[in-house]
Amino acid sequence: MTMSPSVITPVSFNRRLKNRVVQGLVWLAFILAVIPLISVIWLVVKNGLARFDTEFLTHSMRNIGARDAGGGAYHAILGTLEQVGLATLISVPVGLLTAIYLVEYGQGRRLARSISFFVDVMTGIPSVVAGLFILAFWVLVLGLGYSGFAGALALSILMMPTVVRSTEEMLRLVPNELREASYALGVPKWKTILRIVLPTAFTGIITGIMLAIARVAGETAPLLLTVFITDSINTDPFTGPQMGLPLYIFDQMGRPNDTAIDRAWAGALTLILFVMLLNLAARIIAWWRSPAKGR
Amino acid sequence: MRRSAFRRSRGEGPFRFATTGAGILLLAIMAAIAVFLVVKAVPALQANTSHFLTEKVWTPNATKPVFGIAALAFGTVLSSFLALIMAVPIAIGVALFISHYAPRRLAGVLGYVIDLLAAVPSVVYGLWGVIFLIPFMQGPSTFLNTYFGWIPLFAGDAVYGKSMLTASVVLAIMILPIIAAISREVFLQAPKMIEEASLALGATRWEMIRMSVLPFGRPGVISAAMLGLGRAMGETIAVALIFPATFDIDIRVLSANGNSIAANIANGFGEATPIGQGALIASGLVLFIITLVVNMAARLIIARRKEFSGAAA
Repeated sequence: MTMSPSVITPVSFNRRLKNRVVQGLVWLAFILAVIPLISVIWLVVKNGLARFDTEFLTHSMRNIGARDAGGGAYHAILGTLEQVGLATLISVPVGLLTAIYLVEYGQGRRLARSISFFVDVMTGIPSVVAGLFILAFWVLVLGLGYSGFAGALALSILMMPTVVRSTEEMLRLVPNELREASYALGVPKWKTILRIVLPTAFTGIITGIMLAIARVAGETAPLLLTVFITDSINTDPFTGPQMGLPLYIFDQMGRPNDTAIDRAWAGALTLILFVMLLNLAARIIAWWRSPAKGR
Repeated sequence: MRRSAFRRSRGEGPFRFATTGAGILLLAIMAAIAVFLVVKAVPALQANTSHFLTEKVWTPNATKPVFGIAALAFGTVLSSFLALIMAVPIAIGVALFISHYAPRRLAGVLGYVIDLLAAVPSVVYGLWGVIFLIPFMQGPSTFLNTYFGWIPLFAGDAVYGKSMLTASVVLAIMILPIIAAISREVFLQAPKMIEEASLALGATRWEMIRMSVLPFGRPGVISAAMLGLGRAMGETIAVALIFPATFDIDIRVLSANGNSIAANIANGFGEATPIGQGALIASGLVLFIITLVVNMAARLIIARRKEFSGAAA
């Protein structure tokens, strides 16, 4: 019955075994999750390099026959830059102002709470539904036709909630002492926000915007329904169908020829490079100017 | 209202008005999405000669349009749930790995690697799925059919790579990062004191996780899974060319049957007549409502447990 206090019973074999098994499973889960990433990137790089040449980056698909090799994605790259650029121009002001309202003016109000809730819900809207909405509203009801701008509108619906969320997070990080010091000097609230709060949170906001851009740059479904598809260069985003890089990949992979599949892979490589570089740049900015590093 | 001793700045009113206006604009957009989808869906629904909610066939472009959501909604729900079943255990494992198992110095980088999975555009997953995964899945599918064919899900005489299962695998890969990221955040927030206390009492690492991390994280993981479910249901381009695109209700996920609302929109849009477009918009409205309900439920779970507010993605 007496148990010497100096002897600690070793952990039973069963418990140690269970511990080890779970550890193994957790490592396995991580490895399983990384396999598809490696597979995707490996195949995109390997297959994409075959057609990733100057012709691909400087030519469109105009006058390229169904079985012809050659041709490129210049029209698609141009379209993507214009559409994403316009979407950024639309969604950044709206997103910034909404975030400012939520953090600086809304606190505790019913309106702010419902906006906050619906921003969260809006992040979950399937991209294809955003496309259908612009199709119904812009193309069908207003009768303004397919265009790069319609695509930009659809993309901006997907971008706005992400911009609001990331900006809001950054604004909340700005210490209240800065605001109070500014008020104490007699600076009105709106000027405090514009001159003190926004510059303090600036790099964080830029990071959030870049991540949002990277996210929508790869969206295909909304473009399919609003920009339509063309093989020619269309520099004007406001009239007529355009092309986008994701759309180009989707269009080419649906064609039954190896030459088209090669172009699809090259397009995928271009798109991944674009998205990953944006991602990387955003992270570097975030790391470089992170407030935690300075203190 | 309290009056300030100072004169109100002239810029204050317009600035405040602009910020409030932007917020209200967002609400208006949400409402407009619902309104315009309904407006364009109604004419097509009126032209429909069958019952929209129970009909399986999808021929809205015919002179006598017949179309319904039944088969599409079934495929959407089944494929998303399959994806969820595959993704959640792995995502929890990944989250635990990064929060409690990985070497401290590597954890940040490894978390970033998982986030990269989410950065790959869906059309690239689609291309990868069509060229690589469809042929690759022939093997595992045959295995499932041979040894687990007695389960109705894996039954059937012929096995195809281009199947509902392959689409679900792609969906699982795509929703894994979001579930893992949110779960990781929640697991990291588990109270350190309790973790250390259970270790001090002699618990093994797994016992500590089972008794103090997992119970704490459960609501967060559940809402993360629901957000993932919503995303899987709305995913379009990655699976548009992987689903066999038929209009049957068939539980055998290895057969050449299966489709989803979103995939059907992408595939059917090109040759749609005005009635056909309206029919697709009507199906999009159904998708919008389903994902709205799933997302709101997930958000409510997060909101109810305020401690987890930091985990909201």
